[in-house]
Amino acid sequence: MAIEVRIPTILRTYTAGAKSVEGSGGTLDELFSDLDARHGGLRERLVDDAGLRRFVNVYLNDEDVRFLGGLGAPVHDGDTVTVLPAVAGGAS
Amino acid sequence: MRYDSLLDSLGGTPLVGLPRLSPGPDVRLWAKLEDRNPTGSVKDRPAFYMVAAAEKAGLLVPGATILEPTSGNTGIALAMVAKLRGYRLICVMPENTSVERRQLLEAYGASIISSPAAGGSNEAVRVAKDLAARNPEWVMLYQYGNEGNALAHYESTGPELLADLPEITHFVAGLGTTGTLMGAGRYLREHRPQVQIIAAEPRYGELVYGLRNIDEGFVPELYDESVLTGRFSVSAPDALRRTRQLLETEGIFAGISSGCVLHAGLALAEKAQAAGQRADIALLVADAGWKYLSTGAYGGTLEEAEARLEGQLWA
Repeated sequence: MAIEVRIPTILRTYTAGAKSVEGSGGTLDELFSDLDARHGGLRERLVDDAGLRRFVNVYLNDEDVRFLGGLGAPVHDGDTVTVLPAVAGGAS
Repeated sequence: MRYDSLLDSLGGTPLVGLPRLSPGPDVRLWAKLEDRNPTGSVKDRPAFYMVAAAEKAGLLVPGATILEPTSGNTGIALAMVAKLRGYRLICVMPENTSVERRQLLEAYGASIISSPAAGGSNEAVRVAKDLAARNPEWVMLYQYGNEGNALAHYESTGPELLADLPEITHFVAGLGTTGTLMGAGRYLREHRPQVQIIAAEPRYGELVYGLRNIDEGFVPELYDESVLTGRFSVSAPDALRRTRQLLETEGIFAGISSGCVLHAGLALAEKAQAAGQRADIALLVADAGWKYLSTGAYGGTLEEAEARLEGQLWA
């Protein structure tokens, strides 16, 4: 078992076009570092010195990680992490 | 109930229990039916507030032109007010929205400028900002950054919820401009500090997230993360399934964004039930299903409906 990470179209240049990749770690931070070892440069597109980048949303099993501890959010085998760019959405 | 005019009948929408969807007597779900507003959606509240504020500030004078990026409901609400007050309305709307929204806007006399499907509402915002810069005489109310949007919910939606459900523990609403959650959320927090304010946002197909660069992303100026306690991303299949469940179990014919809200609400209810905690969870039903019938969301199998929604701005 591993953690499935879904990658948005705009970041698939880092995953050789793959829609989802697998990684491991005890926290989101560790997971991103693990991914970066195989998909160099990906982490830097998601994270800056202040934490998650402003226009990057990350969902752990459909819940926004910013409300689950951010980069420190615990992750487990079998979880699904979805990365999406922040866009104007919803009914407006 | 009697009102002087349609505009005067704004708000005061019913809060109805969802006895069949609620897990038990201690964990109850409630739906605030915002389709019972003058043009059939929650957006009448911010639209009327923003117009009134602009009139008061002297920005809107008779004959003025209003410009607004919208995926539908705000535009329809503004179109009705504009018609009654003698303004011209131009809506910038993504081309991948349902035909009913266009028909309603046209019926109220609004003009529509289509923005590209790729990028969704992001593109509509970009196009509208560009048009506003080139046409300084037009008035862009700009729902994503207009304090009147959140204020409408602070002064109406929030107080109505608290009056009808003083024991409220959770409030769940869709996340678009963020105005509903910011305004009603702040009001409820002031009166019930422990209340949970939960956002449910639609997760669209890849087309909508097709930005050229991640730095072109967009967070509404109104958004203040500290108001929320949680935020759920809801896929099209989950939203469709819950929209149909709401109709089949409670008889409520809601728009698809309400499926997102119910999906999050049921997860919260289940969690409270498992923990043995009392919960009164208010769900905001933003509109009814009429405007989405042509999307095929309510007929055929879920798989067929999901395939038809691909690439559409369905909420």
